[in-house]
Amino acid sequence: MSIRHGLLALLSPEPRYGYQLRTEFEASTGATWPLNIGQVYTTLSRMERDGLVSPGEEDDQGRVVYMITEAGRAEMERWFSTPVAQADRPRDELVIKLAMAVTAPGVDVGRVVQTQRTATMATLQELTRAKRSAAGGTAQRLVLDSKIFQAEAEQRWLDHCEAVLAANTEGAQS
Amino acid sequence: MSVVRLADVTRTHGEGPAAVTALSGVNLAIEAGELVAVMGPSGSGKSTLLNLAGGLDTPTSGTVTVEDTDLATLTAKELAAIRRRHVGYVFQELNLIPSLSAVENVMLPRELDGDRSARARELAMEALGEVGLAHLADRFPEEISGGQRQRVAIARALVGERRLVLADEPTGALDSHTGDEILSLLRARCDAGATVLVVTHEPRYAAWADRVVFLRDGEVADATVPPAVNVR
Repeated sequence: MSIRHGLLALLSPEPRYGYQLRTEFEASTGATWPLNIGQVYTTLSRMERDGLVSPGEEDDQGRVVYMITEAGRAEMERWFSTPVAQADRPRDELVIKLAMAVTAPGVDVGRVVQTQRTATMATLQELTRAKRSAAGGTAQRLVLDSKIFQAEAEQRWLDHCEAVLAANTEGAQS
Repeated sequence: MSVVRLADVTRTHGEGPAAVTALSGVNLAIEAGELVAVMGPSGSGKSTLLNLAGGLDTPTSGTVTVEDTDLATLTAKELAAIRRRHVGYVFQELNLIPSLSAVENVMLPRELDGDRSARARELAMEALGEVGLAHLADRFPEEISGGQRQRVAIARALVGERRLVLADEPTGALDSHTGDEILSLLRARCDAGATVLVVTHEPRYAAWADRVVFLRDGEVADATVPPAVNVR
């Protein structure tokens, strides 16, 4: 799961102080992933080292505003356009990614949903093939079924996200 | 050779400002032995796509080719013959005629195409054998389970020379284990050379396919890549 990508998404509309990033991160992700301020600053300084963000002048209280760089924008776009790999994944990254895609301006959320849907379906197909050729008996089959149900639940949730987003768009237009 | 091919197919209902586009610029080619699933929310054009592929509907523009024949070049009579000989349908339910036995239901397309009764029965028994139901040939639809009725419908869809099955939510009325059995059967028929285009909104059933095509607002939004081992 990627704190730095979440921070990049939050910095994409305008520069932010570290403490603002922490508050907005928790607000966007529904506090499923609490951050402490130390993590925020550690991540920001690593991102500065990597050229993804740049600090502004210190204000009179010693606080520093951070802004996203061109390289940072490119990295954020890469994150949003890349599906999360099913293998060993910190499951919540998809949830965070969707929350951030909705929060950050200018992200094609429908595209993020569809990219993930196709990747998750490919996983589901692979699991189904494995199940067809499984010779290991009931235990192996049930383990595969468990993974199939997880992938299926994710597909349903993505369908739901899309329906909610479509309803919101229609509501905003009328 | 593709068994069915849609090339730049658009289907619009009505004209002028009230026109509704059900499908727009869809390209899809399905090869012999391939199982393709179409997924999408209601209103995305799934059923329109299936009806066009089976010659039950005609495109506003673009071409639909079945077994190397452009359907637009056919007379109504020739089109009906293509449907009887090459295309089988399986729906969610109400597939079978209740007053006919399983084998009589499966014989029907062959008899309509002019086969004598004995020949039609022979082909029907063969098709029922392929779906594992030869022993229930003389039962009536209400005397067998929902899953068995769908297997009879699949036998009818594949009777004789038919190699293309168009299935619209074939698992809709079944529990999840029986639904798996239906997809497993369709999968096995594909591995034996049939071609299946199945419309479903259930990811677990779509996952049996070689390729999953996602429809959104009448357009192909995305598709999974078929596994390398199945590339022919």
